[in-house]
Amino acid sequence: MANDTEIKYLTPIKVESQRKKYCRFKKSGIKYIDYKDADFLLKFVNEQGKILPRRITGTSNKYQKKVAQAVKRARHLALMPYVADLLK
Amino acid sequence: MVRQYETVFIMTPVLSDEQIKETVGKYQKLLKDGGAEIVDENNWGMRKLAYPIQKKTSGYYYLIEFKAEGTLIAKLETAYKRDERLLRFLTVSLDKFAVAYNEKKRAGGLKSQQKSSEKKERRENKEVKTEEVKAE
Repeated sequence: MANDTEIKYLTPIKVESQRKKYCRFKKSGIKYIDYKDADFLLKFVNEQGKILPRRITGTSNKYQKKVAQAVKRARHLALMPYVADLLK
Repeated sequence: MVRQYETVFIMTPVLSDEQIKETVGKYQKLLKDGGAEIVDENNWGMRKLAYPIQKKTSGYYYLIEFKAEGTLIAKLETAYKRDERLLRFLTVSLDKFAVAYNEKKRAGGLKSQQKSSEKKERRENKEVKTEEVKAE
């Protein structure tokens, strides 16, 4: 009996299929990233206020540079912190 | 070459209303005298700083958007550096996308974003107020 060793599930187990990452700027056609909009820039930093890497956010290289520039400008103007704890 | 620029400066919170007007007027005059055309001005008012600067936790923000020759920027920035009433300043040149973005924003095309930022500002203002009360 070959089937004895096989494990059968009543419901099929969920295999997390990775959703394809995309660049939100390319997709929605945003050309300019405003450094004055600190709320929006919060999406691109982690809890400590560090800029998230491209491999996590999926932003294209072209816009990642702009995001980084905008975050740095916002930090200079004290709209965002350089270092923080529990930013979110 | 004439380009479009945007400058933001943060004044110390200890200034009186008159002193704020005077400081803003000084830079407006400096820009106009230098042959700049002021496109837009925006008074952000008192805001809480994300981190303390010169031991101050809040500051008075003011934004000026203008068209000028590049040589004027150096003059403006030296004036900024000499001014002890300012905590911070930032001048950036705007590319064509930025100009378009600002025009759209002025026309009210970015309502959803503005609303959220307005909300946040209100929240921040509240925080500033409560702090002031505590200080008193």
